[in-house]
Amino acid sequence: MNAALEVVLRSVIVLGAFLVLPLVVGQMEHKVMAHMQGRLGPMYAGGFHGWAQLVADGAKFVQKEDIVPLAADRWVFKLAPAVALVPYLVALAVIPLSPTVVAADVGAGVLFVLAASAVGILGALMSGWSSANKYALLGGMRAAAQLLSYEMPMVLSAASVALAAGTLSLTGIANAWSPVWLLWQLPGALVFLVAAVAELQRSPFDMPVAESEVVMGPLTEYSGLRFAFFLLSEYAGIVVMSLLFAVLFLGGWHGPLSESIGPVWTLLKGALIAVLIIWARVAWPRLREDQLQRLAWLVLVPLALAQLALTAVWVVLTSR
Amino acid sequence: MRGVIPGLLKGMATTARTLGKPTHTAEYPDVQPHLPPRTHGVIALLEENCTSCMLCARECPDWCIYIDSHKETLPATTEGGRERQRNVLDRFAIDFSLCMYCGICVEVCPFDALHWSPEFEYAEVNILDLLHEKDRLGQWMPTVPPPPALDPSSVESPELVAANAPAKTVPSEGS
Repeated sequence: MNAALEVVLRSVIVLGAFLVLPLVVGQMEHKVMAHMQGRLGPMYAGGFHGWAQLVADGAKFVQKEDIVPLAADRWVFKLAPAVALVPYLVALAVIPLSPTVVAADVGAGVLFVLAASAVGILGALMSGWSSANKYALLGGMRAAAQLLSYEMPMVLSAASVALAAGTLSLTGIANAWSPVWLLWQLPGALVFLVAAVAELQRSPFDMPVAESEVVMGPLTEYSGLRFAFFLLSEYAGIVVMSLLFAVLFLGGWHGPLSESIGPVWTLLKGALIAVLIIWARVAWPRLREDQLQRLAWLVLVPLALAQLALTAVWVVLTSR
Repeated sequence: MRGVIPGLLKGMATTARTLGKPTHTAEYPDVQPHLPPRTHGVIALLEENCTSCMLCARECPDWCIYIDSHKETLPATTEGGRERQRNVLDRFAIDFSLCMYCGICVEVCPFDALHWSPEFEYAEVNILDLLHEKDRLGQWMPTVPPPPALDPSSVESPELVAANAPAKTVPSEGS
Protein backbone atom coordinates (compact mmCIF):
# COMPACT_ATOMS: atom_id res chain seq x y z
CA MET A 1 0.00 0.00 0.00
CA ASN A 2 2.72 2.44 1.01
CA ALA A 3 4.80 1.57 -2.02
CA ALA A 4 1.81 2.17 -4.29
CA LEU A 5 1.16 5.53 -2.65
CA GLU A 6 4.79 6.51 -3.14
CA VAL A 7 4.65 5.60 -6.84
CA VAL A 8 1.54 7.73 -7.29
CA LEU A 9 3.06 10.62 -5.36
CA ARG A 10 6.30 10.54 -7.34
CA SER A 11 4.37 10.36 -10.62
CA VAL A 12 2.23 13.34 -9.66
CA ILE A 13 5.29 15.39 -8.72
CA VAL A 14 7.01 14.54 -12.02
CA LEU A 15 3.83 15.41 -13.91
CA GLY A 16 3.65 18.70 -12.06
CA ALA A 17 7.27 19.52 -12.92
CA PHE A 18 6.56 18.45 -16.50
CA LEU A 19 3.66 20.87 -16.74
CA VAL A 20 5.37 23.79 -14.98
CA LEU A 21 9.01 23.76 -16.12
CA PRO A 22 8.31 23.92 -19.89
CA LEU A 23 6.01 26.88 -19.29
CA VAL A 24 8.74 28.58 -17.28
CA VAL A 25 11.18 28.00 -20.14
CA GLY A 26 8.59 29.19 -22.65
CA GLN A 27 7.93 32.36 -20.69
CA MET A 28 11.67 32.86 -20.36
CA GLU A 29 11.97 32.57 -24.12
CA HIS A 30 9.19 35.13 -24.62
CA LYS A 31 10.88 37.66 -22.38
CA VAL A 32 14.57 37.00 -23.13
CA MET A 33 13.97 36.91 -26.87
CA ALA A 34 11.88 40.07 -26.71
CA HIS A 35 14.52 42.02 -24.80
CA MET A 36 17.28 40.71 -27.06
CA GLN A 37 15.31 42.19 -29.94
CA GLY A 38 14.66 45.47 -28.12
CA ARG A 39 11.01 44.61 -27.39
CA LEU A 40 9.11 44.05 -24.16
CA GLY A 41 7.33 40.79 -24.91
CA PRO A 42 4.00 39.92 -23.27
CA MET A 43 3.02 42.57 -20.73
CA TYR A 44 -0.68 42.14 -19.97
CA ALA A 45 -1.65 38.54 -19.16
CA GLY A 46 -1.65 37.97 -15.41
CA GLY A 47 -0.88 41.58 -14.57
CA PHE A 48 2.82 41.47 -13.76
CA HIS A 49 4.94 41.55 -16.94
CA GLY A 50 2.65 39.06 -18.66
CA TRP A 51 3.66 36.13 -16.47
CA ALA A 52 0.47 34.20 -17.35
CA GLN A 53 0.85 34.57 -21.13
CA LEU A 54 1.38 30.86 -21.74
CA VAL A 55 -1.53 29.94 -19.47
CA ALA A 56 -3.67 32.28 -21.55
CA ASP A 57 -2.29 30.69 -24.72
CA GLY A 58 -3.23 27.27 -23.36
CA ALA A 59 -6.77 28.46 -22.63
CA LYS A 60 -6.96 29.74 -26.20
CA PHE A 61 -5.69 26.48 -27.70
CA VAL A 62 -8.25 24.45 -25.72
CA GLN A 63 -11.08 26.47 -27.24
CA LYS A 64 -9.91 25.99 -30.81
CA GLU A 65 -11.40 23.46 -33.17
CA ASP A 66 -9.53 20.18 -33.46
CA ILE A 67 -9.30 19.69 -37.23
CA VAL A 68 -8.29 16.40 -38.84
CA PRO A 69 -7.75 16.65 -42.62
CA LEU A 70 -10.08 14.46 -44.68
CA ALA A 71 -7.24 12.57 -46.36
CA ALA A 72 -5.23 12.19 -43.16
CA ASP A 73 -4.41 8.86 -41.57
CA ARG A 74 -6.73 9.57 -38.65
CA TRP A 75 -5.30 7.41 -35.91
CA VAL A 76 -1.68 8.15 -36.61
CA PHE A 77 -2.50 11.83 -37.00
CA LYS A 78 -4.27 11.96 -33.65
CA LEU A 79 -1.66 9.88 -31.86
CA ALA A 80 1.39 11.83 -33.06
CA PRO A 81 1.24 14.69 -30.49
CA ALA A 82 1.19 12.15 -27.66
CA VAL A 83 4.14 10.30 -29.18
CA ALA A 84 6.02 13.58 -29.32
CA LEU A 85 5.13 14.62 -25.79
CA VAL A 86 5.11 11.55 -23.55
CA PRO A 87 8.75 10.44 -24.09
CA TYR A 88 9.98 13.65 -22.55
CA LEU A 89 7.75 13.05 -19.53
CA VAL A 90 9.30 9.59 -19.19
CA ALA A 91 12.79 11.01 -19.62
CA LEU A 92 12.17 13.72 -17.03
CA ALA A 93 11.24 11.08 -14.46
CA VAL A 94 14.73 9.59 -14.34
CA ILE A 95 16.80 12.79 -14.36
CA PRO A 96 18.14 13.38 -10.85
CA LEU A 97 18.20 16.85 -9.32
CA SER A 98 20.37 15.48 -6.51
CA PRO A 99 21.27 11.92 -5.37
CA THR A 100 18.06 11.85 -3.33
CA VAL A 101 15.74 14.07 -5.34
CA VAL A 102 14.97 11.77 -8.27
CA ALA A 103 11.64 10.27 -9.19
CA ALA A 104 13.00 6.97 -10.50
CA ASP A 105 16.70 6.17 -10.17
CA VAL A 106 17.29 3.66 -12.93
CA GLY A 107 20.65 1.93 -13.30
CA ALA A 108 21.38 2.83 -16.93
CA GLY A 109 19.94 6.32 -16.75
CA VAL A 110 21.93 7.79 -19.66
CA LEU A 111 20.78 5.04 -21.96
CA PHE A 112 17.19 5.40 -20.77
CA VAL A 113 17.00 9.17 -21.27
CA LEU A 114 18.64 9.10 -24.69
CA ALA A 115 16.41 6.24 -25.83
CA ALA A 116 13.26 7.89 -24.52
CA SER A 117 13.99 11.30 -26.00
CA ALA A 118 14.81 9.71 -29.36
CA VAL A 119 11.28 8.31 -29.47
CA GLY A 120 9.97 11.85 -29.39
CA ILE A 121 11.20 12.46 -32.93
CA LEU A 122 8.89 9.69 -34.07
CA GLY A 123 6.04 12.07 -33.29
CA ALA A 124 7.32 14.51 -35.89
CA LEU A 125 7.75 11.72 -38.42
CA MET A 126 4.28 10.29 -37.72
CA SER A 127 2.59 13.67 -37.99
CA GLY A 128 4.45 14.44 -41.19
CA TRP A 129 3.54 11.12 -42.73
CA SER A 130 -0.12 11.10 -41.71
CA SER A 131 -1.02 14.72 -42.50
CA ALA A 132 -1.63 14.11 -46.23
CA ASN A 133 0.27 17.30 -46.93
CA LYS A 134 3.45 17.55 -48.98
CA TYR A 135 5.00 20.18 -46.75
CA ALA A 136 4.27 18.10 -43.68
CA LEU A 137 5.80 15.07 -45.38
CA LEU A 138 8.93 17.00 -46.38
CA GLY A 139 9.23 18.36 -42.85
CA GLY A 140 8.79 14.90 -41.37
CA MET A 141 11.49 13.54 -43.65
CA ARG A 142 13.82 16.35 -42.67
CA ALA A 143 13.12 15.59 -39.01
CA ALA A 144 13.93 11.93 -39.54
CA ALA A 145 17.16 12.72 -41.40
CA GLN A 146 18.13 15.15 -38.65
CA LEU A 147 17.48 12.58 -35.95
CA LEU A 148 19.59 9.96 -37.71
CA SER A 149 22.50 12.36 -38.14
CA TYR A 150 22.54 13.88 -34.70
CA GLU A 151 21.70 10.87 -32.57
CA MET A 152 25.16 9.52 -33.34
CA PRO A 153 27.35 12.38 -32.02
CA MET A 154 25.00 12.81 -29.10
CA VAL A 155 25.29 9.18 -28.00
CA LEU A 156 29.06 9.22 -28.59
CA SER A 157 29.60 12.28 -26.42
CA ALA A 158 27.32 10.89 -23.70
CA ALA A 159 29.30 7.64 -23.91
CA SER A 160 32.47 9.63 -23.29
CA VAL A 161 31.14 10.90 -19.95
CA ALA A 162 29.83 7.49 -19.02
CA LEU A 163 33.27 6.08 -19.80
CA ALA A 164 34.97 8.72 -17.70
CA ALA A 165 32.68 8.06 -14.75
CA GLY A 166 32.71 4.30 -15.22
CA THR A 167 28.93 4.06 -14.88
CA LEU A 168 25.77 4.54 -16.93
CA SER A 169 23.80 5.80 -13.95
CA LEU A 170 23.04 9.54 -14.05
CA THR A 171 23.55 9.95 -10.31
CA GLY A 172 26.80 7.97 -10.59
CA ILE A 173 28.09 10.18 -13.41
CA ALA A 174 27.28 13.40 -11.59
CA ASN A 175 28.83 12.06 -8.39
CA ALA A 176 32.04 11.19 -10.25
CA TRP A 177 32.15 14.68 -11.75
CA SER A 178 34.91 17.09 -10.84
CA PRO A 179 35.63 20.59 -12.16
CA VAL A 180 38.43 19.22 -14.36
CA TRP A 181 35.72 17.67 -16.52
CA LEU A 182 34.79 21.13 -17.74
CA LEU A 183 38.13 21.20 -19.49
CA TRP A 184 38.82 17.73 -20.78
CA GLN A 185 35.20 16.91 -21.63
CA LEU A 186 34.69 20.28 -23.31
CA PRO A 187 34.64 19.02 -26.92
CA GLY A 188 32.16 16.32 -25.93
CA ALA A 189 30.03 18.88 -24.11
CA LEU A 190 29.93 21.16 -27.15
CA VAL A 191 29.03 18.28 -29.42
CA PHE A 192 26.30 17.18 -27.03
CA LEU A 193 24.85 20.67 -26.80
CA VAL A 194 24.78 21.17 -30.57
CA ALA A 195 23.30 17.72 -31.11
CA ALA A 196 20.68 18.34 -28.41
CA VAL A 197 19.58 21.59 -30.06
CA ALA A 198 19.42 19.78 -33.40
CA GLU A 199 17.37 16.97 -31.92
CA LEU A 200 14.95 19.46 -30.41
CA GLN A 201 14.60 20.95 -33.90
CA ARG A 202 15.36 24.33 -32.46
CA SER A 203 16.90 27.20 -34.35
CA PRO A 204 19.49 27.17 -35.95
CA PHE A 205 18.50 23.56 -36.72
CA ASP A 206 14.76 24.11 -37.27
CA MET A 207 14.66 23.05 -40.93
CA PRO A 208 11.80 20.58 -40.29
CA VAL A 209 9.54 23.52 -39.42
CA ALA A 210 11.23 26.12 -41.63
CA GLU A 211 8.24 28.30 -42.38
CA SER A 212 9.81 29.91 -45.45
CA GLU A 213 10.34 26.52 -47.07
CA VAL A 214 7.85 23.96 -45.74
CA VAL A 215 5.16 26.14 -44.05
CA MET A 216 5.27 24.65 -40.56
CA GLY A 217 6.59 21.22 -41.52
CA PRO A 218 4.90 18.34 -39.68
CA LEU A 219 2.80 20.79 -37.64
CA THR A 220 1.18 22.36 -40.72
CA GLU A 221 -2.16 20.58 -40.42
CA TYR A 222 -2.48 20.65 -36.64
CA SER A 223 -4.72 22.98 -34.69
CA GLY A 224 -5.98 23.49 -31.19
CA LEU A 225 -4.82 21.32 -28.35
CA ARG A 226 -2.84 18.90 -30.52
CA PHE A 227 -0.77 21.77 -31.88
CA ALA A 228 -0.28 23.02 -28.32
CA PHE A 229 1.02 19.57 -27.36
CA PHE A 230 3.68 19.80 -30.06
CA LEU A 231 4.74 23.20 -28.77
CA LEU A 232 4.76 21.89 -25.21
CA SER A 233 6.89 18.93 -26.29
CA GLU A 234 9.43 21.34 -27.77
CA TYR A 235 9.79 23.17 -24.46
CA ALA A 236 9.67 19.95 -22.44
CA GLY A 237 12.50 18.79 -24.69
CA ILE A 238 14.50 21.89 -23.80
CA VAL A 239 13.93 21.17 -20.10
CA VAL A 240 15.01 17.53 -20.44
CA MET A 241 18.07 18.30 -22.56
CA SER A 242 19.16 21.22 -20.36
CA LEU A 243 18.87 19.19 -17.15
CA LEU A 244 20.57 16.23 -18.81
CA PHE A 245 23.42 18.46 -19.92
CA ALA A 246 23.69 19.96 -16.44
CA VAL A 247 23.88 16.48 -14.88
CA LEU A 248 26.28 14.99 -17.44
CA PHE A 249 28.71 17.83 -18.09
CA LEU A 250 28.23 20.48 -15.40
CA GLY A 251 28.15 18.21 -12.39
CA GLY A 252 24.49 18.67 -11.51
CA TRP A 253 24.26 19.34 -7.79
CA HIS A 254 27.98 20.03 -7.26
CA GLY A 255 28.48 23.50 -5.87
CA PRO A 256 28.68 25.36 -2.57
CA LEU A 257 26.26 23.91 0.06
CA SER A 258 25.47 21.03 -2.27
CA GLU A 259 24.31 18.96 0.72
CA SER A 260 21.31 21.21 1.35
CA ILE A 261 20.61 23.06 -1.91
CA GLY A 262 21.84 20.48 -4.42
CA PRO A 263 18.63 20.43 -6.49
CA VAL A 264 18.78 24.23 -6.79
CA TRP A 265 22.24 23.96 -8.34
CA THR A 266 21.00 21.42 -10.87
CA LEU A 267 18.03 23.59 -11.78
CA LEU A 268 20.22 26.69 -12.04
CA LYS A 269 22.69 24.98 -14.34
CA GLY A 270 19.81 23.63 -16.40
CA ALA A 271 18.31 27.13 -16.63
CA LEU A 272 21.66 28.43 -17.83
CA ILE A 273 21.69 25.91 -20.67
CA ALA A 274 18.06 26.70 -21.49
CA VAL A 275 18.96 30.39 -21.80
CA LEU A 276 21.85 29.41 -24.06
CA ILE A 277 19.46 27.44 -26.30
CA ILE A 278 17.08 30.41 -26.41
CA TRP A 279 19.97 32.75 -27.09
CA ALA A 280 21.07 30.65 -30.04
CA ARG A 281 17.60 30.95 -31.54
CA VAL A 282 17.67 34.75 -31.29
CA ALA A 283 21.22 35.24 -32.49
CA TRP A 284 21.66 32.80 -35.34
CA PRO A 285 19.98 32.19 -38.67
CA ARG A 286 18.77 28.77 -39.79
CA LEU A 287 21.21 26.41 -41.47
CA ARG A 288 20.54 25.01 -44.92
CA GLU A 289 19.55 21.35 -45.08
CA ASP A 290 22.87 20.22 -46.62
CA GLN A 291 24.87 22.34 -44.17
CA LEU A 292 23.05 20.55 -41.36
CA GLN A 293 24.16 17.13 -42.59
CA ARG A 294 27.67 18.38 -43.32
CA LEU A 295 27.99 19.75 -39.79
CA ALA A 296 26.82 16.48 -38.24
CA TRP A 297 29.00 14.10 -40.23
CA LEU A 298 32.11 16.16 -40.92
CA VAL A 299 32.43 18.08 -37.66
CA LEU A 300 30.42 16.61 -34.81
CA VAL A 301 30.97 12.88 -35.36
CA PRO A 302 34.79 13.16 -35.72
CA LEU A 303 34.90 15.50 -32.75
CA ALA A 304 32.84 13.12 -30.62
CA LEU A 305 35.01 10.18 -31.68
CA ALA A 306 38.15 12.11 -30.79
CA GLN A 307 36.67 12.95 -27.41
CA LEU A 308 35.78 9.31 -26.87
CA ALA A 309 39.34 8.25 -27.73
CA LEU A 310 40.78 10.90 -25.41
CA THR A 311 38.53 9.78 -22.57
CA ALA A 312 39.37 6.13 -23.16
CA VAL A 313 43.12 6.77 -23.15
CA TRP A 314 42.81 8.92 -20.03
CA VAL A 315 40.73 6.33 -18.20
CA VAL A 316 43.11 3.51 -19.11
CA LEU A 317 46.16 5.54 -18.07
CA THR A 318 44.72 6.71 -14.76
CA SER A 319 43.15 3.42 -13.73
CA ARG A 320 46.47 1.60 -13.70
CA MET B 1 33.80 28.15 -43.26
CA ARG B 2 36.52 30.47 -41.91
CA GLY B 3 34.28 33.30 -40.69
CA VAL B 4 31.76 31.03 -39.01
CA ILE B 5 32.94 31.18 -35.41
CA PRO B 6 33.54 34.97 -35.28
CA GLY B 7 30.19 35.42 -37.00
CA LEU B 8 28.38 33.29 -34.43
CA LEU B 9 30.07 35.11 -31.56
CA LYS B 10 29.23 38.46 -33.11
CA GLY B 11 25.57 37.48 -33.32
CA MET B 12 25.54 36.49 -29.66
CA ALA B 13 27.35 39.68 -28.63
CA THR B 14 24.88 41.84 -30.54
CA THR B 15 21.84 40.19 -28.98
CA ALA B 16 23.40 40.32 -25.52
CA ARG B 17 24.12 44.01 -25.91
CA THR B 18 20.53 44.63 -26.96
CA LEU B 19 19.36 42.67 -23.91
CA GLY B 20 21.15 45.15 -21.67
CA LYS B 21 19.73 48.23 -23.36
CA PRO B 22 16.29 49.75 -22.75
CA THR B 23 13.63 48.50 -25.13
CA HIS B 24 12.20 50.51 -27.99
CA THR B 25 8.63 49.42 -27.40
CA ALA B 26 6.10 52.26 -27.19
CA GLU B 27 3.50 51.15 -24.64
CA TYR B 28 0.91 53.20 -26.44
CA PRO B 29 -2.45 52.78 -24.71
CA ASP B 30 -0.74 53.00 -21.31
CA VAL B 31 1.76 55.69 -22.20
CA GLN B 32 0.84 58.50 -24.56
CA PRO B 33 3.35 59.05 -27.37
CA HIS B 34 5.38 62.24 -27.54
CA LEU B 35 4.51 63.59 -30.95
CA PRO B 36 6.38 66.48 -32.54
CA PRO B 37 4.32 69.68 -32.98
CA ARG B 38 4.14 69.31 -36.77
CA THR B 39 2.58 65.84 -36.58
CA HIS B 40 -0.14 65.25 -39.16
CA GLY B 41 -2.79 64.09 -36.72
CA VAL B 42 -6.00 65.88 -37.51
CA ILE B 43 -6.84 69.14 -39.27
CA ALA B 44 -8.33 71.89 -37.11
CA LEU B 45 -10.40 74.76 -38.47
CA LEU B 46 -10.29 78.31 -37.11
CA GLU B 47 -13.64 79.39 -38.53
CA GLU B 48 -13.16 83.14 -38.04
CA ASN B 49 -10.21 83.11 -40.42
CA CYS B 50 -12.00 81.31 -43.23
CA THR B 51 -13.15 83.44 -46.14
CA SER B 52 -14.70 80.55 -48.10
CA CYS B 53 -12.14 81.16 -50.81
CA MET B 54 -12.31 77.45 -51.74
CA LEU B 55 -8.55 77.21 -52.33
CA CYS B 56 -8.25 74.25 -49.94
CA ALA B 57 -11.17 72.41 -51.49
CA ARG B 58 -9.76 72.88 -54.97
CA GLU B 59 -6.22 71.89 -54.08
CA CYS B 60 -7.25 68.80 -52.10
CA PRO B 61 -5.93 65.79 -54.10
CA ASP B 62 -8.81 63.53 -53.09
CA TRP B 63 -11.54 66.16 -52.88
CA CYS B 64 -12.45 65.46 -49.29
CA ILE B 65 -13.21 69.07 -48.27
CA TYR B 66 -16.77 70.28 -48.62
CA ILE B 67 -17.52 73.99 -48.44
CA ASP B 68 -20.89 75.74 -48.74
CA SER B 69 -21.19 79.47 -48.42
CA HIS B 70 -23.37 82.35 -49.41
CA LYS B 71 -22.87 86.06 -49.93
CA GLU B 72 -24.31 88.54 -47.51
CA THR B 73 -24.73 92.18 -48.30
CA LEU B 74 -23.69 94.59 -45.60
CA PRO B 75 -25.38 98.00 -45.63
CA ALA B 76 -23.19 100.98 -46.16
CA THR B 77 -21.68 102.30 -42.98
CA THR B 78 -21.68 105.94 -44.10
CA GLU B 79 -24.36 107.96 -45.76
CA GLY B 80 -24.26 107.46 -49.52
CA GLY B 81 -21.53 104.85 -49.21
CA ARG B 82 -21.27 101.62 -51.14
CA GLU B 83 -22.80 98.42 -49.89
CA ARG B 84 -20.24 95.71 -49.13
CA GLN B 85 -20.54 91.99 -49.68
CA ARG B 86 -18.89 89.28 -47.67
CA ASN B 87 -18.84 85.51 -47.72
CA VAL B 88 -20.54 83.63 -44.93
CA LEU B 89 -19.40 80.04 -44.31
CA ASP B 90 -22.36 77.68 -44.09
CA ARG B 91 -20.61 74.36 -44.09
CA PHE B 92 -16.98 73.29 -43.83
CA ALA B 93 -16.40 69.54 -43.62
CA ILE B 94 -13.39 67.28 -44.04
CA ASP B 95 -14.00 63.62 -44.75
CA PHE B 96 -11.16 61.88 -42.87
CA SER B 97 -12.09 58.57 -44.43
CA LEU B 98 -10.83 60.05 -47.72
CA CYS B 99 -8.17 62.43 -46.42
CA MET B 100 -4.62 61.27 -47.09
CA TYR B 101 -3.07 63.71 -44.61
CA CYS B 102 -0.93 65.43 -47.23
CA GLY B 103 -1.45 68.83 -45.62
CA ILE B 104 -1.80 70.69 -48.91
CA CYS B 105 -4.95 72.41 -47.60
CA VAL B 106 -3.06 73.66 -44.54
CA GLU B 107 -0.23 74.94 -46.72
CA VAL B 108 -2.47 76.57 -49.28
CA CYS B 109 -4.79 78.44 -46.89
CA PRO B 110 -3.91 82.13 -47.28
CA PHE B 111 -5.52 83.17 -43.99
CA ASP B 112 -4.28 80.45 -41.61
CA ALA B 113 -7.72 79.01 -41.05
CA LEU B 114 -6.47 75.39 -41.14
CA HIS B 115 -3.92 73.95 -38.73
CA TRP B 116 -2.38 70.60 -37.99
CA SER B 117 -3.12 69.10 -34.58
CA PRO B 118 -1.20 66.06 -33.29
CA GLU B 119 -4.40 64.47 -31.92
CA PHE B 120 -5.02 61.11 -33.56
CA GLU B 121 -7.50 59.21 -31.39
CA TYR B 122 -10.66 59.81 -33.40
CA ALA B 123 -11.28 56.37 -34.87
CA GLU B 124 -14.95 55.56 -35.39
CA VAL B 125 -17.03 52.40 -35.65
CA ASN B 126 -19.08 53.89 -38.45
CA ILE B 127 -17.07 55.26 -41.35
CA LEU B 128 -19.66 58.01 -41.88
CA ASP B 129 -18.67 59.49 -38.53
CA LEU B 130 -15.26 60.32 -39.94
CA LEU B 131 -16.85 63.22 -41.79
CA HIS B 132 -16.00 66.05 -39.42
CA GLU B 133 -18.25 69.10 -39.78
CA LYS B 134 -17.02 72.58 -38.93
CA ASP B 135 -18.03 72.47 -35.26
CA ARG B 136 -16.02 69.28 -34.74
CA LEU B 137 -13.12 70.66 -36.76
CA GLY B 138 -13.29 73.76 -34.57
CA GLN B 139 -13.07 71.62 -31.44
CA TRP B 140 -9.59 70.49 -32.48
CA MET B 141 -8.32 74.09 -32.40
CA PRO B 142 -7.32 74.12 -28.68
CA THR B 143 -5.11 71.06 -29.32
CA VAL B 144 -3.06 72.86 -31.97
CA PRO B 145 0.41 73.46 -30.53
CA PRO B 146 1.97 76.92 -30.83
CA PRO B 147 4.24 77.23 -33.84
CA PRO B 148 7.84 76.26 -33.07
CA ALA B 149 10.13 79.14 -32.24
CA LEU B 150 12.40 80.42 -34.96
CA ASP B 151 15.89 79.06 -35.11
CA PRO B 152 18.02 81.64 -33.21
CA SER B 153 20.87 81.21 -35.66
CA SER B 154 18.73 81.68 -38.74
CA VAL B 155 18.95 84.67 -41.03
CA GLU B 156 16.70 87.50 -39.92
CA SER B 157 13.60 87.94 -42.02
CA PRO B 158 13.75 90.75 -44.61
CA GLU B 159 10.80 92.51 -42.97
CA LEU B 160 12.62 92.75 -39.66
CA VAL B 161 15.80 93.90 -41.37
CA ALA B 162 13.89 96.64 -43.12
CA ALA B 163 12.11 97.74 -39.94
CA ASN B 164 15.27 97.86 -37.86
CA ALA B 165 17.40 99.62 -40.44
CA PRO B 166 18.52 103.10 -39.39
CA ALA B 167 16.60 105.87 -41.07
CA LYS B 168 18.32 107.11 -44.20
CA THR B 169 19.91 110.47 -43.73
CA VAL B 170 18.84 112.72 -46.52
CA PRO B 171 21.84 114.65 -47.70
CA SER B 172 21.14 118.31 -47.10
CA GLU B 173 21.56 120.71 -49.95
CA GLY B 174 24.71 122.59 -50.39
CA SER B 175 26.85 120.48 -48.15
